[in-house]
Amino acid sequence: MINKKVSNVEQALTGVKDGMTFMLGGFGLCGIPENAIAELVKLNVRNVTCISNNAGVDDFGLGLLLQGKQIKKMISSYVGENDEFERQMLSGELEVELTPQGTLAEKCRAAQAGFPAFYTPAGYGTEVAEGKETREFDGKMYVLEPAFKADFAFVKAWKGDTAGNLIFKGTARNFNPNMCGAATITVAEVEELVPAGTLDPNQIHIPGIFVQRIFQGEKYEKRIEQRTVTPKS
Amino acid sequence: MALSKQEIAQRIAKELQDKWYVNLGIGIPTLVANYIPEGIEVEFQSENGLLGMGPFPIEGTEDADLINAGKQTVTVLDGGSIFDSATSFSMIRGKHVQLTVLGAMEVAQNGDIANWKIPGKMVKGMGGAMDLVASADNIIVAMMHTNKRGESKILKQCSLPLTGVGCVTKVVTNLAVLEVKNGAFHLLERAPGVSVKEIEAATEGTLIVNGEIPEMSI
Repeated sequence: MINKKVSNVEQALTGVKDGMTFMLGGFGLCGIPENAIAELVKLNVRNVTCISNNAGVDDFGLGLLLQGKQIKKMISSYVGENDEFERQMLSGELEVELTPQGTLAEKCRAAQAGFPAFYTPAGYGTEVAEGKETREFDGKMYVLEPAFKADFAFVKAWKGDTAGNLIFKGTARNFNPNMCGAATITVAEVEELVPAGTLDPNQIHIPGIFVQRIFQGEKYEKRIEQRTVTPKS
Repeated sequence: MALSKQEIAQRIAKELQDKWYVNLGIGIPTLVANYIPEGIEVEFQSENGLLGMGPFPIEGTEDADLINAGKQTVTVLDGGSIFDSATSFSMIRGKHVQLTVLGAMEVAQNGDIANWKIPGKMVKGMGGAMDLVASADNIIVAMMHTNKRGESKILKQCSLPLTGVGCVTKVVTNLAVLEVKNGAFHLLERAPGVSVKEIEAATEGTLIVNGEIPEMSI
């Protein structure tokens, strides 16, 4: 067994530097790597590019990095619900590359799987396809999209073992599995870290080969963005 | 009477067919789930990675790890499943989802749709809309026929930046049901009490009216 365990978030983020490109899992605030984000704030790394479906809210998630003006560029599919983001974007301090959600996921998966690029129909005929190579297959037009290149991927799983194997819970899965192995170093934080051999190999969502470092996360807040309920009858 | 948003959703729900997987966008489309016709089985797909999406959880049982693409807390029905984002869009891009219902700011007679960006305003992003409209064979747009100033949103050509080209197959508005084919809008049904003339006046794009146009039944 190859041991991927590191003892804390400080060790997990060793090597993180200004100007790097990071992938961060999560959809809205669901399944975000809360511990890694808090450490990035503490380290105060600057001029970073963040690949993440969303940009958090003003006081949580990636919003925390935006507050400290640590982010140079965001690559996302949807960036609402964040006033500071809007301010920095409109003032030109923050560069934003909006990418269709399925293309964003596939650019992660392509990086993970060793494909340099792929054709997708998403965005054909729109400004997203401007300047990009297009090609017809069976009478339909497609846009060539390159795989992402990133220095670190920060993902969050429910359970993991010391070999780096991961299991996700609920829709907190989202982009997290697609980002594993899609960057030079993948750092996984988990709610429950168990010894190798404890998890059923049949139930593993992401094999440890895609993970370089794993650590036990702490104090998960798991904030809910839109609490919608059916009243008790 | 023009339809309410609930009635637009109710009318769209009549398009659902047995054994279909359906993706519902945010806004009026979400309401479609409340009006599934009796006797058919459909499953709702949420592009953040959920198939077999159920209603909002009973108060007190909500789970931060279980949300829909609108970031609202939801439930999973029996037989539902959860998956990653790339798999989710494989379902969409690979045409395994039979129907997409979404909102729009503008629709054109060639099937173009604009629903993500207004120049000069804060752009929040396209989310999954570009993947959905570029992939699905069956796209129904739920929208108001005109904007707040009374101007038509059913156009010869979209003026806003496009989300997708030549993709919309049907439009259900507060006034009418329109089919989009051969470069024109074909009037299929009128809202109860709304005349063909009123619909023609509210439609900027080419409107084909063939014979007697029935009123919608809701």
